[in-house]
Amino acid sequence: AEAAGGSWPEGCPGTSSAQAGRAAACQGCPNQRLCAAGAAAPDPAEAAELRERLRSVKHTILVLSGKGGVGKSTFSALLAHGLAADEAKQVALLDIDICGPSIPKMMGLEGEQVHQSGSGWSPVYVEENLGVMSVGFLLSSPDDAVIWRGPKKNGLIKQFLRDVDWGEIDYLIVDTPPGTSDEHLSIVQYLGAMHIDGAVIITTPQEVSLQDVRKEINFCRKVKLPIIGVVENMSGFICPKCKNESQIFPPTTGGAEKMCQNLNVSLLGKVPLDPQIGKSCDKGQSFLSEAPESPATSSYRNIIQRIQEYCDQHHFHEEKII
Amino acid sequence: ERSNLAGVRHILLVLSGKGGVGKSTISTELALSLRHSGKKVGILDVDLCGPSIPRMFRVQDNDVHQCDSGWVPVFVDQDKSISLMSIGFLLEKPDDAVVWRGPKKNALIKQFVADVAWGDLDFLIVDTPPGTSDEHISAVEALRPYKPLGAILVTTPQAVSVGDVRRELTFCKKTGLRVLGIVENMSGFVCPHCSECTNIFSKGGGEELAKHAGVPFLGCVPLDPQLSQSLEEGRDFIQEFPKSSAFPALAHIAQQILDGTSQRSS
Repeated sequence: AEAAGGSWPEGCPGTSSAQAGRAAACQGCPNQRLCAAGAAAPDPAEAAELRERLRSVKHTILVLSGKGGVGKSTFSALLAHGLAADEAKQVALLDIDICGPSIPKMMGLEGEQVHQSGSGWSPVYVEENLGVMSVGFLLSSPDDAVIWRGPKKNGLIKQFLRDVDWGEIDYLIVDTPPGTSDEHLSIVQYLGAMHIDGAVIITTPQEVSLQDVRKEINFCRKVKLPIIGVVENMSGFICPKCKNESQIFPPTTGGAEKMCQNLNVSLLGKVPLDPQIGKSCDKGQSFLSEAPESPATSSYRNIIQRIQEYCDQHHFHEEKII
Repeated sequence: ERSNLAGVRHILLVLSGKGGVGKSTISTELALSLRHSGKKVGILDVDLCGPSIPRMFRVQDNDVHQCDSGWVPVFVDQDKSISLMSIGFLLEKPDDAVVWRGPKKNALIKQFVADVAWGDLDFLIVDTPPGTSDEHISAVEALRPYKPLGAILVTTPQAVSVGDVRRELTFCKKTGLRVLGIVENMSGFVCPHCSECTNIFSKGGGEELAKHAGVPFLGCVPLDPQLSQSLEEGRDFIQEFPKSSAFPALAHIAQQILDGTSQRSS
């Protein structure tokens, strides 16, 4: 069998490097042909054009997780609502989950369509200061599936960055699908790791999630993307009747806390399970407004504040350099 | 030359548009149930970015070896009734991210389908990542000559999940993959202290979708900390926790698959 054992040659430049397939170490590697084919890596001139287009974005935050279903979109939506509570701030939420776009539903924008104007595609506005873009707005039926291979997904992500008329934005939040593949590589390459304030990584407490999240942390380090911190979601459930706590997703290996200690990243906070969260998402309402007294709400609010503080420091740091 | 899948009687895929709904969990529990019914089962894990299967059988530290016909799957225990293949076995370090674009993922999936020496199996379960992209297109294309039995679609009850699974149903229709049924996972939680049932992720969405789409509904599986714990530790939930709240539903799903295959043969 080819590529037996999947071991990479010594000195492998990395599959996403510009040298992929072309370096001396690549000779004889069974994957050389694939890497050299460039596999749709963005061209630097194009990437520069996109960054120019997004010059008026003050802060960019990526919401990532190696694992699916841990609450990335839920968190992205609430982060957007939380930041947009300050009416003086302009917030944009970009959903680059092309196969499973959850953001339109969670923001109460299902059925909305994208409009074109002279200056490009208009985002769909939830509030005056909160605009959203997702492939969901380009589909005409809830049954429409986007069955695309990587290169086509990359093309749409590029369009989202190039053709959407975002205007002046204080915060651009990018919600991603699970994994470490085309979408993630593309967004980091198009935006430029330097121009992203950082990534917020979402996990649940169990090892099955953490093992994927460690890979995501490694991905961030590989592409030099700063990590703002980790959020541990679905962290315990309090029975509404007897008030006892159950660990539905048990932290058998120490949960996010231990992982963050081991990998030297910040734990931004833990959010407990609350049945109202799922309900609010389904209804397209902000959980923070619907359940202001929930312990999950105070957890989310604390985390959002820490992210804001991180961005303010980051901005200040950049100004200092200038 | 005999194909490596020639000895496999039934191939079924476990899909979901949505992440984190329990595809790997259902794949694992289905394999364990089928084994307890005396069947030989293989699991092919084509989630290249987030391979969960090895850990669920406590074999995450195993290596893959070669034989004349290709890669030898990893056996879960001495009696060799469950065998696995996953990229998880090929990584040098478990925390290494597999940061591949589509074409490279496709190449490995084709190899996984053609080059694993499964031998004789009653069932090959193909566990997939969420979505409708490279992995799914490649897996279905590569498996097509072997006429898979069909796909089980997993969802959680809430609308946000069901919304993605509707798209997966479209994927199945477009690729000619028969839908064996829908499983509604994480359907309710019974508090172990007071037995109050709370619908943490809502209820009923999976059943409604099955009705709306005209496909069989295979059942509701409740949230069960014993199940989560078993998966974390790579234990045999079906054997160890027959009194657990998730057991009847999981056993019932396996029985429906078995009934379906015996009908097909007769």
